[in-house]
Amino acid sequence: MKGKSLVSITDYSKEEILEIVRLSEKFENNPVSDLLKGRVVATLFFEPSTRTRLSFESAVNYMGGKVIGFTDSSSSSVQKGETLKDTIITVSNYCDLIVMRHPLEGTARYASEVSAVPVINAGDGANQHPTQTLLDLYSIHKTQGTLENLNIFMVGDLKYGRTVHSLLMAMTHFNPVFHFISHEKLRIPEEYKIFLRQNNIPFFEYSDFADRLAEADILYMTRVQRERFSDPIEYEKTKDTYVLKSEMLVNVKDNFKILHPLPRVNEVSIDVDDHPSAYYFPQTKNGVFARQAIIAKILGLKIDF
Amino acid sequence: MNKDRTKLQVSAIESGTVIDHIPANQLFKVIKILKLDAIQNQITFGTNLYSQRQGKKAIIKISDVFFKEEELNKIALIAPTAKINVIRNYEVAEKSVVEVPDLIVGIVKCVNPKCITNHEQIVTRFTVIDKQRVELKCHYCEKITDQEHLKIS
Ligand SMILES: [Zn+2]
Repeated sequence: MKGKSLVSITDYSKEEILEIVRLSEKFENNPVSDLLKGRVVATLFFEPSTRTRLSFESAVNYMGGKVIGFTDSSSSSVQKGETLKDTIITVSNYCDLIVMRHPLEGTARYASEVSAVPVINAGDGANQHPTQTLLDLYSIHKTQGTLENLNIFMVGDLKYGRTVHSLLMAMTHFNPVFHFISHEKLRIPEEYKIFLRQNNIPFFEYSDFADRLAEADILYMTRVQRERFSDPIEYEKTKDTYVLKSEMLVNVKDNFKILHPLPRVNEVSIDVDDHPSAYYFPQTKNGVFARQAIIAKILGLKIDF
Repeated sequence: MNKDRTKLQVSAIESGTVIDHIPANQLFKVIKILKLDAIQNQITFGTNLYSQRQGKKAIIKISDVFFKEEELNKIALIAPTAKINVIRNYEVAEKSVVEVPDLIVGIVKCVNPKCITNHEQIVTRFTVIDKQRVELKCHYCEKITDQEHLKIS
């Protein structure tokens, strides 16, 4: 369907997720095109996120489109007290598509209601970041050949990590088994456990890695942020308990891959980078293809490759 | 005689709507939600009245005003025990209870301080995910506002 905004991962059905996976594959095989020739995409970053912005701009450039926008709100009219509504309505008259990031939650949904063109949410506070989830799904599909029946391990900040929550929601379409490894203070919230039970998705919770990775297909690592702990000593201890080291990877399966939304701090040790299971850098490259796919779907572009 | 006197704690109306069994501490919120402060008709209020079922209750009698069901259902969020009596000719013509609606537009403030609706002039929208426990999911930030944190905007 053309013209529908992408605000939350739940905006996409299972079929639409698979459509993005198929399209991403096409763009991986044909990264350079002129599908966006004569089109303008606005990237409105009300807070900086260089990685995400560059990934989108790269996707647009490879498709022959032009980019306008701003990289943080200090340089924009927002600084002059303009409402979000006025900014979005105005900019939507200058472009074919808006990609936006904002520190407040719900901004992308609201923008999609006032904008004259579709909106892609590139992160609204702690709420949603659906394009990250879709690139995660593409990475999983690409390395496993399927999204169905996988053993997914998630490690780190499972309480606040929005990428974890969105991936969990999306993967639920594909009959996975989840294994959650975290500090007791950063456990997966109850509402997600209820959601998994309702969908008959088995899950297990652990407080350490032990030797559990032998059965894993995917390990999704996330960063534990200092701000989550009131006690700095507890943070220091936690930080080191949930670090992945190369010696922990001796028994892993051949198809096993390590994903990380990045940036990392120390939760994946540098010596893992050269292991054949390390996939977090290729994952960022997949991000460009997944974003090309999302843009193509939303703008209803005709793909003849 | 005694029984009649308790019944008549607040005087009867000839025609209109009586909202009974409002929890006493929610009376002013009910007034706000139904915008009774803007009505020119005769209204009588009683509060801190004794109720066998709920301790202290409040009652509102509005003369010659008949509300739409959807209007009255808005108060179910804060006064789920409320009973509606439609009065015609001093008689109770219809009785009903209030029911929490599926979708709530306006009225409630989102509990999330980082929600866009708390920073710009936006009419809030919630889907009711649990009518019994009154749990509302914000259409914008997707966070849950529960009964304990429910604030009327
Ligand atoms: Zn909200």
